[in-house]
Amino acid sequence: MQNPLQKIIIERLQREILDLEGFKTKTQSDQSKLGLKILEDNFPNQTFPTGTIHEFVSEKPEHTACTSAFISGLLSKLNKQNGIYIWIGKQRQLFPVGLKKFGILPHQIIFINLVKQKDILWATEEALKCKSLSGVISELEDITFAQSQRLQLTVEKSRVTGFILRTQTAHIHATACAARWKITPLVSENENHLPGVGFAKWQVDLLKVRNGNTASCTVSYHHGELAIIENTAPYLFTHQAIGS
Amino acid sequence: MNKRYLAIWFPYLVTDQMAIKQESLAGQAYALIAQERNKQIMVRISRQANRQGLRTNMPLADARIISSDLQTFQFYPQKEQKLLKAMAEWFIRYTPYVALNSPDGLFLDLTGCTVWKSEEQHVEEIKAHFYGKYHIKIGIADTLGAAWAIAHYAKEQIAKPNEQLKHLLNLPPKALQLEESTLQRLEKLGFYSIDSFIHIAPSTLRRRFGDEINLRIGQALGRKPEAFEPITEPNPYEERLHCLEPIQTAKGIEIAIANLLETLCSRLQKEDVGVRNATLSAFRLDGKLQQITIGTNQPSIHIKHLFKLFELKIKQIEPDLGIELFIMKVTKIEELPKQQETFWQTDTPTDLGEIAELLDRISIKAGKNAIRRYLPQEHHWPENSIKAVTNLKEQPETEWPMHKPRPTVLLNQPEPIQVSAPIPDYPPMTFTYKNEIHRIKKADGPERIEQEWWLNEGKHRDYYQVEDEKGQRYWLFRLGHYNSKTTAQWFIHGFFA
Repeated sequence: MQNPLQKIIIERLQREILDLEGFKTKTQSDQSKLGLKILEDNFPNQTFPTGTIHEFVSEKPEHTACTSAFISGLLSKLNKQNGIYIWIGKQRQLFPVGLKKFGILPHQIIFINLVKQKDILWATEEALKCKSLSGVISELEDITFAQSQRLQLTVEKSRVTGFILRTQTAHIHATACAARWKITPLVSENENHLPGVGFAKWQVDLLKVRNGNTASCTVSYHHGELAIIENTAPYLFTHQAIGS
Repeated sequence: MNKRYLAIWFPYLVTDQMAIKQESLAGQAYALIAQERNKQIMVRISRQANRQGLRTNMPLADARIISSDLQTFQFYPQKEQKLLKAMAEWFIRYTPYVALNSPDGLFLDLTGCTVWKSEEQHVEEIKAHFYGKYHIKIGIADTLGAAWAIAHYAKEQIAKPNEQLKHLLNLPPKALQLEESTLQRLEKLGFYSIDSFIHIAPSTLRRRFGDEINLRIGQALGRKPEAFEPITEPNPYEERLHCLEPIQTAKGIEIAIANLLETLCSRLQKEDVGVRNATLSAFRLDGKLQQITIGTNQPSIHIKHLFKLFELKIKQIEPDLGIELFIMKVTKIEELPKQQETFWQTDTPTDLGEIAELLDRISIKAGKNAIRRYLPQEHHWPENSIKAVTNLKEQPETEWPMHKPRPTVLLNQPEPIQVSAPIPDYPPMTFTYKNEIHRIKKADGPERIEQEWWLNEGKHRDYYQVEDEKGQRYWLFRLGHYNSKTTAQWFIHGFFA
């Protein structure tokens, strides 16, 4: 039998560990900044963790487009208007003009194009050390546990939020990231049965959350706000879903 | 002690330089012209043009009558000034005091510089150096005024100490550098040489010609002072470090870099400038030279940061037997931005500074072209609607356009797709991209974007925003008009979120 005192101590220690790993305790002021309460509830302390590494999987350019838009939607909610972001990748595919719609002014982003994976990782780590940045987004083919651990240790010191966009999805193994996301497009939402392409709608899957629960829901984006439309069933067979 | 001055006059300073740079001009008649009101005036002429009877300040139209094959070039006063400055710096080898006499002369203070070489030898040496390159005239006298007069108008070159009066006597009044109106009056009254009026009592001269003439005579004869403003000696941003023992280890090189940076940065800080480019040269025992170069995005005197940049490149140095001498040279400096002036900035950088330093480190490894920011550009053609900038602070001049749908991901090159489209001006029903068939359920468009004819010729594009049955959104376009003979070409250009 566990001693009730032990239980309290363990709980307290767990809280301290979370704090060290970058999960902030919830305060009154920043309640549900994102407007995605159902998703946020699945994270420890019921808040979207900043100052950690988030991993996004996307295999097709269609998914990359949605993921980039979702990340910029998140960043615009989390930061002030004048933050500076760094986007590291092999080749710039992101079209800056298309980003303003998702809340980020394109000139706030500094793009860095590097060829080798090793260089991208190095640049990502250097960028994550820089406290003046509001976010670092890095397009990687793959990341090993050790590499992600290293990045995680960097952000624990600097408190910069990192986003890793991985394109190679065949073999996904454990990483030290706070969460693994997958954003896929859904049929757009038309208001009042108007013809044409409607507002963006995505299937947002939280495949893995450290110290939290997985979740899945559909999210729409209009008029500069992310909104949850429907909470779909919790994602159970995550690996099968990625492999497909 | 008597002062001794050497005056140098380059009668064809800029034109001679042009002939040196461009051999085909040597011995030709050519002139540099400047626009003055509605006339083109020859400001500088070559020696050959002078021989043909052309003079400076002549209108170009008149000159064409005298010399029909005259070549003309635009005159840039700054270039001439720069050349004269460079000349002055070259002459520092003879004396520490060299002054400019714009636009085409120099003064050297030769006092006490004739220990090893006599004045004649000086003159010979200078003439020999410039022979065949620049036309040069030299005058040496006790005063600036007399030296100038001798260089410009006298046949002999050296006036012995206290003998300047003798040399001035036969020269025209112009040699005293008088104003044009005074000269005209002197000529009107028949004073064609200096000896005709130099002995007239100063008070009489003043009554007739004003104060200036007495001042000039006094200066030429050494009775009145004349200002001599020497140029400051250029002091390159360079530091040397001699090593007692040859250095072979990376640690040793690090210490050397840190040492050199410290002395350099403290000097740069005093002068309010920062490093943009710097080179470290390492001289090896076997005489080989090894160099590493760094560059920064913003001027910096942050020692730690500059050290990190060098550190990334240390492994490029091969010490071999050892390095005996390090030279660090700052090849490009820039004024420090105002906020860096406070003294603690050498230790902790500012907000934007921290990012600039991060980018410096990345650009050392990946090259300057790897880093880009984008600003809007007022062009409809999607590829031209953004422009890349490297400056961190540059803000967009216009708003980012929002009124037209633009994709989040844009392909660098539009890729051709196979479509089945019903009738002109309708979006396709299906399209095949990368062997995958997409059935289009919803579509918007077309948005016609024309080529900007003043930049590029080509067909227009009709863009459609389409969504397939899975909800994936694309940006497609048809190139050019529909034509009954040929099938229209369709392309995919981007992906919407």
